[in-house]
Amino acid sequence: MIRVILPQHLRTLAQVSQEVELPAESVKTISAVLNTLLIKYPMLRGTILDPSTGQRRPFIRFFACGQDLSLEPLATPLPEAVLAGEEPFRIVGAMAGG
Amino acid sequence: MSEVRVLVGTQKGAFILTSDAKRSTWDVRGPLFAGWEIYHMNGSPADPQRLYASQSNGWFGQVIQRSNDGGQTWEAVGNKFAYEGVPGTHQWYDGTQHPWEFKRVWQLQPSLNDPETVYAGVEDAGLFRSADGGQSWQELPGLRAAKGHLWQPGAGGMCLHTILLDTSNPQRIFVAISAAGAFRTDDGGLTWRPINRGLISPGELPDKSAEVGHCVHNLAMHPSRPGILFMQKHWDVMRSDNAGDSWHEVSGNLPSDFGFPIAVHAHEPNTIYVIPIKSDSEHYPPDGKLRVYRSRSGGDEWEALTNGLPQKDCYVNVLRSALAVDTLDSCGIYFGTTGGQVYASIDSGDSWNPIVRDLPKVLSVEVQSLP
Repeated sequence: MIRVILPQHLRTLAQVSQEVELPAESVKTISAVLNTLLIKYPMLRGTILDPSTGQRRPFIRFFACGQDLSLEPLATPLPEAVLAGEEPFRIVGAMAGG
Repeated sequence: MSEVRVLVGTQKGAFILTSDAKRSTWDVRGPLFAGWEIYHMNGSPADPQRLYASQSNGWFGQVIQRSNDGGQTWEAVGNKFAYEGVPGTHQWYDGTQHPWEFKRVWQLQPSLNDPETVYAGVEDAGLFRSADGGQSWQELPGLRAAKGHLWQPGAGGMCLHTILLDTSNPQRIFVAISAAGAFRTDDGGLTWRPINRGLISPGELPDKSAEVGHCVHNLAMHPSRPGILFMQKHWDVMRSDNAGDSWHEVSGNLPSDFGFPIAVHAHEPNTIYVIPIKSDSEHYPPDGKLRVYRSRSGGDEWEALTNGLPQKDCYVNVLRSALAVDTLDSCGIYFGTTGGQVYASIDSGDSWNPIVRDLPKVLSVEVQSLP
């Protein structure tokens, strides 16, 4: 299982209270995590990636294993600990404002 | 027994306020979509249980919510708003051309006779239509062909904030855009033309009578007289007696003719309401007195309505979509403030009471009168 932690607003939108689990078989990259997430929770479409560009929204960040993966290409492989379900893949609403 | 349902969009969620026909006690439900901006929530005239809500924020973009049970439960529907063809450019603040970019939905206007059809007015200004209950959206690009390259953002962004569907002619739609002006289609949205003749904006435009570029804040009409339009412009309250072909000023004796919303009484087509704001640089009521102004003559002659409203130290604003009327026999008037109060009058504005006092900043108010 791939474990995904959503920011609070997206947990509310997806009607989940805890972290989300996705099947690990075909999920090897950041892009695959997002695609699988949107298949399971279609109400999240357009909230993580901009629907017009397909790119990460500016105030969305991807963290895993203490690293910021936000600026990596979406085809970047996930860390081994995420693939093994030992660490979560975090989708984060960036700090903005004061 | 009739029921009234007030749909309130705020900066941090939606609230649904309900009461019976007496409108003396209210049930307040919410926040729905807590923490999200709800620019607009509206019900279908054809099926009052069908509601649509525009949910957005700066992190996660735009979501459209739909309810089939009067707001008890909701489902997210389509949120892909793609401009038709090459979107092109519009005027930017520095005078250069800037590409069209979708930001959010400002207004949702369901069809008068089909709950599955709904229009969305968006920023950057454009009009979209869904014929499948909000699952998919198609732009009506003819609107942007009406000199869109000359439109420019107002302080709140370049937003299409008002959609009026003509009650007698299904092919005719009016829209208003800040800062572009008012526009009309007579062929169901295929082609559009500016309807801004008579608007004068000397403080905002180099050509004060330009065909487009005026900062129209809101439009209103009575369903029995769709050819007569009322407008709150940036400055000036205006009226058209020919479906927007020309306008004349009806600000009359208002203490300030700057403001945002305008509304028409449900049963008196010549009775209109505005809420004057001091100026474009001071967005609060003149003299710290929150006053709704009513004209029973379709403009020019205005009376202040103050009974029950704060008459000292009040510095809230009332935004363009935050004034609405119900259709009960004794017409109810409702508005929400940037201070989080929602006021109601059940006697056409003669007296007012707050329904709630401490909501987040109110962005929009709509009212449904239910059998």
